[in-house]
Amino acid sequence: MTWLGRAFFAALALFLALPIVVIAGVALNARKTLTFPPQGLSAEWYLSVFVDPDWRAALMHSVVIAALAAAISVSIAVPLAWFLWRRIAPWARIVQVIGVAPFILPPVITALGALTFWATAGAYGQSWTVVISHGIFFVSLPLVTVSLGFATIDREILEAGTTMGANDRILFRTVILPMIRPYIVSGFAFAFVLSLNEYIVAYMTVGFTLETIPIKIFNALRYGYTPTMAAVSVLFVGVAVMVFGLVARFGDLPKLLGAWSKGEGQ
Amino acid sequence: MRRSRPEKWSDYLPIAYPAAMLTAFFVVPFGIMVAVSFFERVQGGFYQPAFTLSNYARFLSVFFGEVLVFSLALAGAVSAICLIVGVPFTYRLTRLARRYQVAWLIVLLGVLSLSEVIIGFAWSTLLSRTAGLSNLFVAIGLMESPQAWSPGLGAVLTGLVYQAFPYTVLVLYPSFSRLNPALMEAARTLGASPLRGFLTVVLPAVRRTLVATFIIVFIFALGAYLLPQILGRPRHWTLSVLVTDQAIYQSNMPFAAAMAVFLVLASLLLVALAQLADRKEPAL
Amino acid sequence: MTGLELIDISKQFGPVTAVEDVNLSVPAGSFICLLGPSGCGKTTLLRIIAGLEDPTRGEIRLNGARLNDRPAHKRDFGMVFQSLALFPHLTVGENIAYPLKIRGRPAAQRQARVRELLDLVRLPGVEGRAITQLSGGQRQRVAIARALAVSPQLFLLDEPLSALDAKLREAMQVELRQLQQRLGVTTIVVTHDQREAMSMSDLIVVMSNGRIQQVARPIEMYRKPANPFVADFLGQANLLRARGRGADAEISGGKIPGLRLPSNGRAIVSIRPEDVAIGPSDAAPIRATVSFIREMGASVEIHLDAGDDRIIAVASPQSCPGCAVGDTVGLTIPASACVLFAETGT
Repeated sequence: MTWLGRAFFAALALFLALPIVVIAGVALNARKTLTFPPQGLSAEWYLSVFVDPDWRAALMHSVVIAALAAAISVSIAVPLAWFLWRRIAPWARIVQVIGVAPFILPPVITALGALTFWATAGAYGQSWTVVISHGIFFVSLPLVTVSLGFATIDREILEAGTTMGANDRILFRTVILPMIRPYIVSGFAFAFVLSLNEYIVAYMTVGFTLETIPIKIFNALRYGYTPTMAAVSVLFVGVAVMVFGLVARFGDLPKLLGAWSKGEGQ
Repeated sequence: MRRSRPEKWSDYLPIAYPAAMLTAFFVVPFGIMVAVSFFERVQGGFYQPAFTLSNYARFLSVFFGEVLVFSLALAGAVSAICLIVGVPFTYRLTRLARRYQVAWLIVLLGVLSLSEVIIGFAWSTLLSRTAGLSNLFVAIGLMESPQAWSPGLGAVLTGLVYQAFPYTVLVLYPSFSRLNPALMEAARTLGASPLRGFLTVVLPAVRRTLVATFIIVFIFALGAYLLPQILGRPRHWTLSVLVTDQAIYQSNMPFAAAMAVFLVLASLLLVALAQLADRKEPAL
Repeated sequence: MTGLELIDISKQFGPVTAVEDVNLSVPAGSFICLLGPSGCGKTTLLRIIAGLEDPTRGEIRLNGARLNDRPAHKRDFGMVFQSLALFPHLTVGENIAYPLKIRGRPAAQRQARVRELLDLVRLPGVEGRAITQLSGGQRQRVAIARALAVSPQLFLLDEPLSALDAKLREAMQVELRQLQQRLGVTTIVVTHDQREAMSMSDLIVVMSNGRIQQVARPIEMYRKPANPFVADFLGQANLLRARGRGADAEISGGKIPGLRLPSNGRAIVSIRPEDVAIGPSDAAPIRATVSFIREMGASVEIHLDAGDDRIIAVASPQSCPGCAVGDTVGLTIPASACVLFAETGT
């Protein structure tokens, strides 16, 4: 790469890193104030996420909601992607569009829709409503990754299996499922990480009854600042990097994001 | 296992559960929201069933017209900036050696998962007068006195671009990584400088992706809710902010619903325009 | 000094050496083939010449002028890529006119040149078509026309015919050679198909593991390969062990009169199948059993077992000995048909 190219990449890296540097620094401040650069260093805020009962509760809520919601997203996306790949059924595209719609449209739409729905259904504020609403909201992520996964299956591989005596069920269990499993996992990972950090749908559905981490951070920003919010953000970024790092370590990250695999293509 | 039409009723099973879930928890809520947009507001409470167009009529006021124009212009600016920076970046990224690509992808995915709240908080700090970049510039002599760049339009733009950028790269990524590298090489052997080759060969080859990405990022920016509040003044608030404001704080659900429906229509119109523009291109 | 000169060219990709110590002189106006198995470095060498890769060491000179520091888009070469790399968003005419447009030629001139080139590659009248509307062979010709648009000094082709089916490939080989002779442009083709190299080139450059194994005219290389690798790669070769001191050495248990080996009494011998004569078993020095017969229509290929050695002989149907699988026959090999190589360690 030319030096101009290198400078471009370096500038971009700096731009992307700046906010993270700031919150990391803010989280180290000894006193409970917003100052940057930090005056006096203390790691207590990183610990308080786990020690302070309010923050710990919010953390638990976030993690549990994210895990359950991601599971629901995957449970909807996989059969749908399978059906679209296996069957010729033009009307099924409609279901696909509905699956992708919540994510493409401005999030406030889904949030407001969820609000009116749960209010009408009489369940407004119940903690499980956000699990379902998040589950629906994030369907498009595993749907995209799993569809990508199905698209990589060369049908000749299945034909070869058939000539060797495998019926549909065996083919699914022994050939198809192992091939799309990494895509299911990465879809789950995306949905999980995004749910952890999602604000508006959570706020509009259960914002008044329980706090997730993003809700708590926003409240802290408005009403009672504490460096804990910065610390927890750094932790969440760390979690995201770790999760995607694991996906990259055990899988082919570029391929999962749409590139040809090594040696394939054209 | 060839692609075939569903025959037995059991063939329809795989799609039954997804269809049911999506209908119950997206289509129905959406429908209710549309219905509510025609309802009448009840003072102090939520709303009562009715049929009135008064909520939509409020759109015709100058105030909401201004907000609409601002929201669209802001979304357009964010999308344009993200593309101008993101397109050459993604192209170069896909030409990098594999392990650098993976490293960058992980970084981008990490930034993508940053909560909107935190992005707002971090940038409001970076652009503040007491603890931000301007202090740094003063310290190294680039500026005379520190300035508060947040809240302000520039701050909102910066925050939104920061949030939308990883998204832009990931949407562009498949097309650029699948691009035949021989195209650019052929252009070079035919006498085009790298820049000229990029503009006359690479960009036209991914034309459709560029349009699609612009639309996707535009709609994404249109949905910005927190950043305009954290980094901007009330005159920088977008339609999405107003929707929640009306829904929660003003307790005017029908009006909020009407604005939401309008947002949806605007998004759908954009997608339709993109399809139309696509079709007008001569078939290749 | 006219023509292309490569001096001590080496290329490393990290720990991997793709090209090593390549010295080559390509006379102006000649047609040469870089021939070798995949991974031998021939494509890398071509890309270095084109300026798409920089050599780790060494110099490239064109007509005496040093080329190393000139970027690819200033080298004034025409290149046809293996995937053809036709621009999908431009018509046939616009593709061909692309290099002309870059150089600022006016529209009328571009149009005239496009027509001229399409006539040259025998595809008149298709300027307005989209690339997707053309067949594989037609796209091939468009790629050639585009590369030749600015009358380049060097015409480079990377496995240009590999995507075509056999019949079309053979026809294109002849056409490409005739085109080159008509234009007189110095041409370098990369291929792994030795028959292609033999049919088209003035000179063949055989490469293996990044090094040049031999540079020679096709028939000379066929008759006098420089080492067992070249012997085996170009056409078919029987590589057999010869033993013996004195005037008549032995191959496969039979004495070959007049075959003199080096002083250590050992050598590897390369013999072309058409030089192996088959006759009755009592009259010939080498005894063998027929193990397999291939009737190819224009020739007959006979596989034989002589002790531990496998020997392949080729005869025309007219002079075929009429033997069957399992027969014991006698083989005669003239000493003049044997090319000797030193036996290396293992």
